[in-house]
Amino acid sequence: MLPELSHEEIHRYSRHLLIPEVGLEGQKKLKAASILVIGTGGLGSPVALYLAAAGIGRIGLVDYDVVDYSNLQRQIIHGMSSLDELKVESARQRMLDVNPDIQVDIYNEIFTSENAYRIAEPYDIIIDGTDNFPTRYLSNDLAVLMGKPNVYGSIFRFDGQVSVFDGKQGPCYRCIFPEPPPPGLVPSCAEGGVLGILPGTVGTLQATEAIKLILGIGDSLVGKLLLYNALDMSFDFVKLRKNPNCKVCGENPEVTELIDYEDFCGMPMHDHEEGSAGADWDITATQLAERLKQGNNIKLIDVREPHELEISRIEGAELIPLGQLASKMSELDSAEEIVLMCKMGSRSKRALEVLHSAGFRKMKNLKGGINAWAREVDPSLPIY
Amino acid sequence: MTTLRIPTPLRPYAEGQSEITVQGLTVGEALNDLVTQYPALKKHLFAETEELRPFVNLFLGDEDIRHLQGVDTPLKDGDKLMIIPSIAGG
Repeated sequence: MLPELSHEEIHRYSRHLLIPEVGLEGQKKLKAASILVIGTGGLGSPVALYLAAAGIGRIGLVDYDVVDYSNLQRQIIHGMSSLDELKVESARQRMLDVNPDIQVDIYNEIFTSENAYRIAEPYDIIIDGTDNFPTRYLSNDLAVLMGKPNVYGSIFRFDGQVSVFDGKQGPCYRCIFPEPPPPGLVPSCAEGGVLGILPGTVGTLQATEAIKLILGIGDSLVGKLLLYNALDMSFDFVKLRKNPNCKVCGENPEVTELIDYEDFCGMPMHDHEEGSAGADWDITATQLAERLKQGNNIKLIDVREPHELEISRIEGAELIPLGQLASKMSELDSAEEIVLMCKMGSRSKRALEVLHSAGFRKMKNLKGGINAWAREVDPSLPIY
Repeated sequence: MTTLRIPTPLRPYAEGQSEITVQGLTVGEALNDLVTQYPALKKHLFAETEELRPFVNLFLGDEDIRHLQGVDTPLKDGDKLMIIPSIAGG
């Protein structure tokens, strides 16, 4: 039984009702639908806004985070008025401003194997708006195990991908990406940057696919991967096929329960300031400043990319971008004390691991990176 | 002659190139040509066993080579290969 539409709703959605492929029936389907949006960031912003506008009756939002100033470059559902607020609260307010007639449920939690079933249970469709591999594998496996379609979207700098993974009738995420890449190969948006508009395009494509699924119209991206490159303005489609040996959706699945995804991927679920190499290997900005003031002979190595030096730099640091470290480390003296730094402490932590495996021991990771130096030692430097 | 599209995360190891011309009668030969031209790519594409790493997806046109003949898939002039990266930003 589909819900009725009030006169106000008929007025609100008149432009939908005028399209034969939607009509009253279609709009009622949208009202009856429920969608879980995992992540209210770059992808989640346009997804949540457009689903609210379209009249999806019930939308769930999952996000553990608060609105940060640097989010506003692309996470357009948030604003200055909601800085430091919970992202799910901020998003809900905006969505209800667009459309007060919908129900928005909020889950201010990290989406994990412990809570995923409980959170996803009431929803027909899952939309993956997350920003890390472990949660993507979790969302996929959950969707397959619960028999729900998972509308996938992901971004990196200028590239986007979109698909619909529906284990019941096509491939799932693991059919195409059976294993995650090694930690450190694909930087997060915080480290690698992203063109702000990119998640806008990709998220809107995800919302489009979700709406098509509910209305049952058009050709969905089940069994296809859309590859978008904003620089080339190219849209390529490749065929995805179900892998009969897929560990989750194949004929003899090995994964029949949710697993530990951080362990599976070898990386954490959130891309926050995890720029800590572990107690013994870290040095704080304050400690480093003190040691330099005392005249300690320390070699500062900056493993960022050359274009980042223009933003902020520490005097006396030598630039060796992370990708070149392995080839240049023969120029370093392992008897010298080395402090490695980058923007936040993540790349420098990987640099430390590279040097460690080559036998270097007298080194530290600048915890929190140059941003921490700007906060604690030299406020004349910008934070980015 | 085949063109190979390099995804953004791997371009730093291909001197910033987005498209590279490679020679070879099979996908495997074309990949060998690729890593000969850009040795820095090798460890990102191949495991120690010289097999393609499982997170590297290679498509000939719009078909995954896993569903063709893998690295033995024959190539003809004008074919387009594409490496599809694993990306997770959101």
